[in-house]
Amino acid sequence: MHRIISPKIAQNIMKALFWASGIITIIILIVIIGYILMKGLPVMSLSFLFSDPIDSGRAGGIFPMIISSLYVTLIAIIVATPLGVGAAVYLSEYAGESPIVKLIRFGAETLASIPSIVFGLFGLAFFVIYLGLGWCVLSGGLILALMALPTILQVSEVSLEAVPKSYREGSLAIGATKWQTIYRVVIPAGVPGIATGVILGLARAISEAAAILFAVGAALSVPISIFDPARPLPLHLYILATEGISLNNAYGTAAVLVILVLVITVVTNTLVERYSKKMMGR
Amino acid sequence: MDYRIEVEDLNVYFDEAQILKNINLKIHKNTVTSLIGPSGCGKSTFIRTLNRMNDLIDGFKHDGTVLLDGRDIYDPKVDVVELRKKIGMVFQKPNPFPKSIFDNVAYGLRVHGISDNNVIKEKVEESLKAAALWDEVKDKLDMSAMGLSGGQQQRLCIARTIAVNPEVILMDEPASALDPISTTKIEDLVHKLKNDYTIIIVTHNMQQATRVSKYTAFFLNGEIVESGLTDRLFIEPEDKRTEDYITGRFG
Repeated sequence: MHRIISPKIAQNIMKALFWASGIITIIILIVIIGYILMKGLPVMSLSFLFSDPIDSGRAGGIFPMIISSLYVTLIAIIVATPLGVGAAVYLSEYAGESPIVKLIRFGAETLASIPSIVFGLFGLAFFVIYLGLGWCVLSGGLILALMALPTILQVSEVSLEAVPKSYREGSLAIGATKWQTIYRVVIPAGVPGIATGVILGLARAISEAAAILFAVGAALSVPISIFDPARPLPLHLYILATEGISLNNAYGTAAVLVILVLVITVVTNTLVERYSKKMMGR
Repeated sequence: MDYRIEVEDLNVYFDEAQILKNINLKIHKNTVTSLIGPSGCGKSTFIRTLNRMNDLIDGFKHDGTVLLDGRDIYDPKVDVVELRKKIGMVFQKPNPFPKSIFDNVAYGLRVHGISDNNVIKEKVEESLKAAALWDEVKDKLDMSAMGLSGGQQQRLCIARTIAVNPEVILMDEPASALDPISTTKIEDLVHKLKNDYTIIIVTHNMQQATRVSKYTAFFLNGEIVESGLTDRLFIEPEDKRTEDYITGRFG
């Protein structure tokens, strides 16, 4: 059989296709972020960042929304991290391969793929009404914790499993118990990966509007107690845009949200890198 | 008699496969014993039986007895954690923890409940000196152990092992991943350590066995073909298979 195109040409075509895929991905990212920043940055000012909204957000700033976002996300991470990491430790260190393990993994995968609006509805029914928490920071934070949980679990499990067996053997051979080995050697070695999982979970939590739509209320003031209602940035953005209050301020809010996620990611990555460097000596 | 370890009629299986057959071996106190033999002959499985590291492997079964100072280490009453404290192990590939040099050596002490920092400091220094590493690392104890060379890492692992005062040190081809100079250092170290510890060393390298050990056991296909004084075994082996192996006819 004759070749239609020579391997050398095929090689170049494929290389160009892969290159193009990469470039297109970057372009999409740049266009979205660029557009948001272009529209939003002119709105952003110190007073926009640090003052209360006036007239439902037509004017004024978004300070309470920034605090609300940080607040619900913090609660989500505080709740989801120990749960997710704990389950990951169980799966990677203790469980072996049994039906229950498969069930937990299947559960985590399914949890990750449930639409966020369904989480929202569940949150309303369970946290707000059944547990009687009401529309508040805590209800929103707990829903976001459920949403961040599978990501944290899955990424943590992979990173714990990537910790070399030789570390575990070295620790056990010196007379450490399994638990000592896990918390003194395996978890510290897995921290960079676990941190990545937490950041991914956090990014998911901080950008959610639908999931908390029915749970946090929509207060325009700064939440102090965890039982205060709040209005995180994505929700504010949604309300500004859908109720035609102020598209300009919606872009400003979006820009703040994007920058917030960026800052959190960069800071955490820097810390993780520093930790890895100290740990691995390079 | 002055035996630290006595192995009697030991058989080891992984699932249905028999890895070790009818092993009988006595290990003298404060001496070095080499285990030689071709790859896959069961040497590593054997030393991992001595500190019960094989317990971690699914499908591990054994019969026969392994006595440490006259006590059966597979007795249900034996605490594996205590046992592994008494029988330290150095692995083929250096496996320091991704922690500082200091924390690596202090690890065993902390795990065994010592929290007095002065005691730990003293013991770390003593162990690093005993492992002939102190002079090279004394100014950078806070640095990650992962930044050390392979030979230094292996000596660090030896320091980590001796920090908890074991009676026996098992070494599973401790120099096979190292360059010749590092290998020499490890061998010198083994020479020095035998005064205080009973050492069992698995090696591929027959010259190494003759250099470091007083006794040698030759493993083949899961059995001990021959064991005894190293000098005797290498000069006038009793078994034809031993002779073939040490003269390089196979393996």
